[in-house]
Order: sequence, then structure tokens, then C-alpha cells
Amino acid sequence: MDNNKTKIIVIGNGMVGHHFVESMLATGEACEITVLCAESRLAYDRVHLSEYFSGKTAEDLALTTGEQYTALGVKYVTNEKVIEINKKQKFVTASSGQSYIYDKLVLATGSYPFVPPIPGNDQEHCLVYRTIDDLEAINRSAKSAKVGVVIGGGLLGLEAANAIKQLGLETHVVEFAPQLMAVQLDEAGGQLLKDKIEALGVTVHTQKATQVIEQGDKCRYKLLFADGSILETDLVLFSAGIRPQDKLAKDFNLALGERGGIVINDNCQTSDDDIFAIGECALWQNRIFGLVAPGYTMARTVASQISGGSLTFTGADMSTKLKLMGVEVGSIGDAHVKTPGAKYYGYENQVTGVYKKLVVNEDQKKLLGAVLVGDTSDYDTLLQYALNDIDLPEFPEALILPQASGLEVAMTELPDSAMICSCHNVTKGDIVAAIDTGATELSQIKQCTKASSGCGGCAALLKTTVDKVLETRGVTVKQDICEHFAYSRKQLFHIIQVEKIRSFATLIAEHGKGHGCEICKPTVGSILASVWNDYILKQDHQPLQDTNDTYLANMQKDGTYSVVPRIAAGEITPDKLIVLGEVAKKYQLYTKITGGQRIDLFGARVEQLPLIWQELVNAGFETGHAYGKSLRTVKSCVGSTWCRYGVQDSIAKALDLENRYKGLRSPHKIKFAVSGCTRECAEAQSKDIGVIATENGWNLYVCGNGGMKPRHGDLFATDLDDKTLIKYIDCILMFYVRTAERLQRTSVWLEQLDGGLEYLKQVVIDDSLNLTHELENQMQDIVDSYQCEWKTTIENPSSLKRFRQFVNSDDIDSNIQFVSERSQIRPATDVEKQITTKLIPIVEV
Amino acid sequence: MKTTQTNLTTNWQTVCQQNDLVNDSGICALIENQQIALFYLKGKEQVFAITNYDPIGRANVLYRGILGCINNDIVVSSPLYKQHFSLVSGQCLQDEKSKVTVFETRIINQEVQVKIQVQQKVA
Ligand code: SRM
Ligand SMILES: Cc1cc2nc3c(=O)[nH]c(=O)nc-3n(C[C@H](O)[C@H](O)[C@H](O)COP(=O)(O)OP(=O)(O)OC[C@H]3O[C@@H](n4cnc5c(N)ncnc54)[C@H](O)[C@@H]3O)c2cc1C
Ligand code: SF4
Ligand code: FES
Repeated sequence: MDNNKTKIIVIGNGMVGHHFVESMLATGEACEITVLCAESRLAYDRVHLSEYFSGKTAEDLALTTGEQYTALGVKYVTNEKVIEINKKQKFVTASSGQSYIYDKLVLATGSYPFVPPIPGNDQEHCLVYRTIDDLEAINRSAKSAKVGVVIGGGLLGLEAANAIKQLGLETHVVEFAPQLMAVQLDEAGGQLLKDKIEALGVTVHTQKATQVIEQGDKCRYKLLFADGSILETDLVLFSAGIRPQDKLAKDFNLALGERGGIVINDNCQTSDDDIFAIGECALWQNRIFGLVAPGYTMARTVASQISGGSLTFTGADMSTKLKLMGVEVGSIGDAHVKTPGAKYYGYENQVTGVYKKLVVNEDQKKLLGAVLVGDTSDYDTLLQYALNDIDLPEFPEALILPQASGLEVAMTELPDSAMICSCHNVTKGDIVAAIDTGATELSQIKQCTKASSGCGGCAALLKTTVDKVLETRGVTVKQDICEHFAYSRKQLFHIIQVEKIRSFATLIAEHGKGHGCEICKPTVGSILASVWNDYILKQDHQPLQDTNDTYLANMQKDGTYSVVPRIAAGEITPDKLIVLGEVAKKYQLYTKITGGQRIDLFGARVEQLPLIWQELVNAGFETGHAYGKSLRTVKSCVGSTWCRYGVQDSIAKALDLENRYKGLRSPHKIKFAVSGCTRECAEAQSKDIGVIATENGWNLYVCGNGGMKPRHGDLFATDLDDKTLIKYIDCILMFYVRTAERLQRTSVWLEQLDGGLEYLKQVVIDDSLNLTHELENQMQDIVDSYQCEWKTTIENPSSLKRFRQFVNSDDIDSNIQFVSERSQIRPATDVEKQITTKLIPIVEV
Repeated sequence: MKTTQTNLTTNWQTVCQQNDLVNDSGICALIENQQIALFYLKGKEQVFAITNYDPIGRANVLYRGILGCINNDIVVSSPLYKQHFSLVSGQCLQDEKSKVTVFETRIINQEVQVKIQVQQKVA
């Protein structure tokens, strides 16, 4: 064995133990990690455990798999409960009898549900709510049950109650205290929550001490309460709090807190320097943290400590926001007004069922805590005031009164250090940095910062923050497309057109600086194509194109490409269908019908593309421009030729339109559809350009969008004849091509156009700018200069030179490997690439 | 019994001709079973060479990225997920932990050469 590597044993593979493994690997430290876990499965998302009852499977909840661990070099043993720690000789022994040596030991044993010592608590249908196994047991038990009782009215108890209600049981919650969620809420908040939950059909019994669980008369059991009352039930679910799983620490003499919990210092070290404890089993400054975010911070702390870093754990905020059976509840900081001198403001609305309380310090300048029931829309704002010590407005109550616009204030004032996602330690500054490096979409920001991929609680805050940061830039920051040009796309378009610039080199020499980048190059490439419609792989233009445009195909995750021939309007002859099938078979391509009514062939290596296209072009196919920011498809319905309701020939119209605008380069992709009657089978109203047949002609809808932010198209004009329809579309599209920003779909463009739809109608229908003639001419030039890029390419030996993997060898990229799934190929995973017998042999064609 | 020993030596290897390079763009060469992406920055008449494997996208694609400059650093942007890799240091600008290997290059008599470590088997 390699002696240089630190041997790390992790006991427990809950959320925190797993996060530790990930954090440790991320440090790059040479180490050998072994995970020992008592559960039968590896880490899963306990926070979203309840979703198991709304359809999620154990696989959906899994945070990792054995395959992944193995691929990362992490050893693991499931069903392996550790029962002994030998601190002196540094090994642990598990229930299987196996021993494991460690240099560093990490206890991530979590906690277990506390079951109050009530006689009869150990019967078959008395259960707890913590693991997937528990949930399976509840499921089984509920099948033969009518009534269920949850003992404990805290946060988890209510979640459990919701679960058994979803399973169709008559549901009761029994709480010993006078109110629900006594930790997080005050009396008034607890009362409102109780009313709301009862209104949903769950019976809440407060101030009830259960004394014994006996055999029932009507049900399986009956609970006898201290006040003499009785409740019959078939199922008992204990949710009376959690206790740190500290037995190992106790048995083998690590320091424990008075009421349990493994004592740790700021380095998360226990009383033995080589043993760490993290997550719910750890006790820091006499506190247990029963949430994932603090546990994750502890995990990162230990990874840093072991790899020689200096991260420490300095406590965590325990504020919570949740939705219980559809009731919104939030609690921040000092909810119980315990800080000396603290005062509070309250707002209660019995009509709408909203309760809000603000706890402020003595001079009313700072927010100490808050309680929100029924409406948590202010939670993010308030939390930021509390966490970042932001000065409250002059009248703090404005923050909780209806119509308060507190959010605006807080977001822009947030310091860069403000914590946005505590699970992954992402601050506002990190988000700003991500945006600075070019991430402008929420999804990109999530991907590069990991924000919002833990408990998910910060999703709304993340979105508002991103929106705000982007918004402030939109207003104050210039519209420069990148560091090389101090112009917006619209301005560049104007320069190119007016100065008749035909190459990137000229443009950057005269109007920009540096060598360009992946933002300005494709933008300029697209503008040059819109204005001059040159072959896009002309030598000068080639380096401007994104890989998809360079290779006239769409790159897939493994570096192969997809091939999408144009199938205008979705109409295809049997002969052509057969060609597609034959080509796919010959080159072993995966085939699929796309969402755009055509056929996509996947898995082509770069050097195969010209061969494949040669065959397709020979058979009469043209490029489908699936790779370009250009016209994609014109979707059609079958229309009056076949359909008994159709009033016009929608297929012929769709074919006309697709053939007219194919090849048009634009700021973003453009999609059309044509429906043969108002039943709208082609979904035209969700397209950039939508055409719907009427008895008298065509209705034109504009600027619809599917995708991430769907938008219904706006009705632009009605009952148009064929000629006017084309004239309007020419003008609308060309005006869009000239004035939209980079990667702006028509939907967003219209929404940001000053004057909106009315203005667009004035420009196009009333010709208010005296421009339509020019727009139409420009479009006609594009239509007239159309060429199939693939045809041009295969006829041009120097272009073909680009389509090879290696300049100096005919070998193929050996990292591209496929396995078989549902009788077709799919890319092999990293692990599958190791198992050579599973791989499909690559045949040379 | 025969023993085989492996020695590492550094060597200039000719990869292709100068006119195989594509102005302001990339090509890929296979050297000693290693995929190397070569970029030709026309303005500076300079060739840059890095490993072709994108450590984030996990595929051999870097030569198909767009060449550019960010804060005066010459970079390629991955065609898969757009991260920038410095052609000078190999560092990924968006992810501290990701790096590609950089090779020295030169053009001699129209021949593009890359300096590379080769394994020599010594019997
Ligand atoms: C292949 C296809 C999925 C399929 O198997 O059906 C597909 C595949 C891709 N879509 Fe799509 N979209 C496909 C139909 C759609 C549709 C449905 C439609 O066109 O009716 C939509 C919603 C309609 C719309 O666009 O309004 C759609 C909305 C998107 C979006 C979101 C656009 C938006 O405005 O929100 C993206 C992302 C983007 O463009 O930035 C996207 C991006 C992509 C990309 C380019 C993502 C990427 O970079 O790899 C995929 C590559 C295509 C490829 O490799 O060939 N795809 N995509 C469909 C190809 C249609 C075709 O024949 O050309
Ligand atoms: C229904 C539910 C909802 C929740 N909702 C939220 C929420 O919205 N937000 C939030 O922040 N938190 C929430 N939590 C709490 C959150 O799940 C916990 O804080 C977190 O899972 C703790 O992680 P952990 O790794 O410390 O412990 P655990 O997840 O308990 O993992 C410990 C693991 O160690 C194993 N183990 C114990 N002893 C041994 C041993 N001797 N040998 C080997 N293995 C051992 C256990 O079997 C277990 O698998 C929720 C919890 C539940 C149950
Ligand atoms: S939109 Fe109208 S014509 Fe077209 S298929 Fe549907 S019902 Fe028939
Ligand atoms: S706070 Fe948990 S995912 Fe962001």
C-alpha cells in the first residue's frame, strides 16, 4: 500500500459524511478515503426525504452511487456499523468483525430520532421518520391503517404528518407543549399555524402528554393521555426530537457534552486530535446544529484541516423557512425576543391568515429576529438584514406591512460578503464574480458556484440576487459585448453595415482592441452573415464560429456531433426516410425524432461528418442549420389537404416559409409554425413566428417562445393574404436581426423594445421609420444568396481539411466509445470505458 | 531474464507543416499517443500547444474552441462549457483546480515542432 497517502476513515455516510468526501477530494490532497456506513445505501438527500411519498425513488434521492465512489477512488462498505474505536493503535472495528486502520478518523454519525419512554412504544406499528428504510416501513404499515398519529409537533413532526396525510390516513398531531413548532415560532405564530393545519384536515392536540400506548378498540392502538382522554390510532409515528448519535464516542472516551453530543473545537477536532466529528453528532460551544448547511461547513473545515488549510468552524445561523402542507413558515434569529432590550413589531391579519413579527434591538436600528406564518415572501430580505447587520429603515414596520418593497432596498445594499447559499458557502461576491466571467444565466451561475444545489432553500434568494446584479449592470454598465469592443451588438451591426466592413480583422483593428474572444467573434460572425451572407467557413470567417458552426453540426457531450438534415415542414418521402435509416445504420448513429419535427442522427466523429453529408447531399438533403443561430424549423400541422377541420394548406405554407428563410443568420435561433385552423395543432403561438389559417387568410402571431421562459406570441395582424404575410415577416425578422442583442430571442427583444408591440406594428405596418422597403430588400438579398453550407463544404477540398481529428495521423479519438442501450448506441460513461467488453467495437466505414 | 527500463527524455518533434495551421484557430496532433491541440495566433505569428483533453467537459475537444484573449492572456474557450484555458500557463480561468499541460513550440523551415517528453525503452 502507498504509505504517503493519509488514510482517512469516515464513519457514517449521511449528507454531511458525503459532503466531507467530496470536499476532501476537492482539496487534491493525496489520501485514501474509506467510508463505513451503517445504512444499506450510500448517502441520499435526507432534506428532501418526504418527496419519497410524492413519487421520488431512492435513486432519485441518492447523492452518489457506488460506481461514482469507485471511479473517484473512494472505498466504501455499506451495512457496516462501527462498534469500536482504538484510539491508541488507530483503528476501528465494525460489526462484521473487520478492522480498518486510520491516520485521521471522521465521525459523521448524525443523529437518531428520540423515542420517548412511553410504555408500549416498541410495538410493530410504532415508527420513526429518519431514513428511507423508515419510510418504507411507514408505507407498509399505512397500507393496513386508517388513522395515524404523529407524536411531536415540531418541524419534522409536521412534515411527517403531511406524509401520512398524503398516504390517505386520518391524521393527528400530538404535542406536549402548548403550541406547535415551539423552537421556531412564538405563541401567536404557533396558534395561527395550528389553525391553518387544522383547516387542512389534520387534528392538532396540544398540551397532551401520552402516558401509555395500549391495544385499541376500534383501531390497532389507543393512546392514553395524562388528562384522561384517549386517541385511537393504527400507526404511531414518533417525532419528538433528535439525539446526537454519540454512542461510539461515549464508549471509547471522547469528550461528550452534558446532554450528549461529541465535543468539538473550531477545527472540528474532538478530544483526540486525530479524530474529528461533523454534522448532527457534533457539539460546538454547547450547541448541536440540526441542519445541513452548518454540517457542510464543518465538513469543509475538516477537509481543510487535514490538507493543511486553515478553515475553521465559527458557528452557523439556524434560521429556517419552509412550507408545511402548503403553509409558509419562517423563523429568523431571536424569534422569542430574548435579547436584553429587544423590542418587537407585530402584524396579524386574521382575514388572510398572515402573521409577521420583527424583533429589533434597543435602538431599533438592527434586526435580531423574525417570525413569519402564512406569508414568507419577506423572508429573504429580513434574513439579509439580520445576517449582514444592515441598518433598518426609519420605520422598520414598513418591512412587514403589506405592499412593503423591502426587497429592493436590501438586495442592492447587500455587501459582497452576504451569504446567499449556506450549503455551498456561496456569497453575493461569488455570484458577482461568476457573472463577471460571463455567466449570465441562472443555470450557468448554479453550475459554476454550486449555489442552490444543496437543500435548495436559497433558490428564490439566488434568483433575486442574480436578477438584481444583472439589472444593475444593465442600467449602469455599458452594453459592451465584451472587453474587446465598447459597443452593443446593435451598434456593431450599424458600424458593419454603414462602413461596409466585411471581416473581423478590419472591425477589430478599426473599432476594437486585442484578439477577440468567444463572445465577440461569433457575434460578429453572425452579423457579417446577416449583412453579407458569405459562406461562413470562408477562411476569414472560420475562426469566428462556434464549434457547431465550424463543423456544421452540433457538438455532444463526448465530443461527437449530431447530424440534422432539413426536413422542411416535417414532410418527408418514404425514400428519403429510408436514406436516413441507411446512413444511420452504416455509420452506427443513434437516431431520434426531434422536438422540431425532424430526425437527428447522433454520435458522428468529426472526420465522419463530410462522408455522411456526402451521402445525404447525394440523396437530396440540405443542411438543417440545427447548429446555427438561424432559422431552425417551421413546424406544420397536416392542414386542409387531409384534416377534416383544416381551412388552408398549412403544409404548403410551412414549406414556403422554411425554404424562404432557411439559412438566415440572426441574434438567436428562430422557429416558426403554421397551423391549418384555430385548433392550433402546430403550436404556432409558442413560436417566434406563428401563422394560423383562417377562412380568409392567415393570422400572424409574433415573438412567442417555448423553452425556459415560455411566452405566448402576440397577435400581430389578421386575415393576411400570402403576399402581405411574407412582407410582414420579412420586415419583422430583418428589424429583429438589426436591433436585437446577442442571444436575445424575439420574445425578450419585443419585451425590451421601447413601445413594444404597438411600436413594431407602426414600423412594419405603417412604415413609420420609412424603412420597410430597405428591410424587404435586405431580406430578398439573403434569400437570393442562399447556399447549402454542407454542399459548398463537401465540394471544397480546403474546407474539408478541417474535418479531421489529427493533422498528422488517421487514427480516431480513442476516448470516444459507445455502449448499447435500447438497441442503439449511447456514449459510454467513464466507468464503462474501463470495461472493454461492454463497448461497441468501432467499425471503419 | 530480460528487463525493460523506461527513460524519459525531452525532444523536439515535428508535427506538421506551417501551412497545416489554421489562422487564429486550432488543429490537433497525435504525438506519442498524446492528443495535443495547436493554435496559431496570426497577429503574433505564434503557435501555442496544450493537451487536447478538456478536464471539465471530459472529452478531447479543446482544439475546436475559439481562440481569444482575456485580460491580455491568450486563451481558448472550451467548445463544450466555455471555460477559458490560458495557452500560456494552461490554467483554467474559471476553475483553479483545472489545468492543462502546455508545450513549447517553434517553427523551423516551415516545420511546426513541439517539445515533448518521450518514453524511450532501453532493453
Ligand atoms: C435535438 C433537440 C431535442 C430533441 O431531441 O428533440 C434539441 C436539442 C438542443 N436544444 Fe433545443 N432541441 C430541440 C427542440 C427544441 C424545442 C422544441 C421546438 O423547437 O419546437 C424547444 C422549445 C421551443 C423554443 O425554442 O422556443 C427548444 C428549446 C431550447 C432552448 C431554450 C430556448 C429558449 O429561448 O428558452 C435551448 C437553449 C438555447 O438555445 O440557449 C436549446 C438548445 C438545444 C441544444 C442546442 C443544446 C446544446 O447546446 O447542446 C441541443 C442541441 C441540438 C443537437 O445536438 O442537435 N433548446 N429546443 C430538438 C431539435 C429540434 C430540431 O429539429 O432542430
Ligand atoms: C424529514 C427530514 C427533513 C429535513 N429537512 C431539513 C431541511 O429542510 N433543511 C435542513 O437543513 N435540514 C433538514 N433536515 C436535517 C438534515 O437532514 C440533517 O441535518 C442532515 O442530514 C445531517 O447529516 P449527517 O450526515 O450529520 O447525519 P445523518 O444524515 O443522520 O447521517 C449519519 C449516518 O451515519 C450512520 N451511522 C451512525 N452511526 C454509525 C456507526 N457507528 N457506523 C457506521 N455508520 C453509522 C447512520 O446510519 C447515518 O446513515 C431534515 C431531516 C429529516 C429527517
Ligand atoms: S390545426 Fe386544424 S387543420 Fe391542423 S391538424 Fe389541427 S385541426 Fe387539423
Ligand atoms: S442554502 Fe442550501 S442549497 Fe443553498
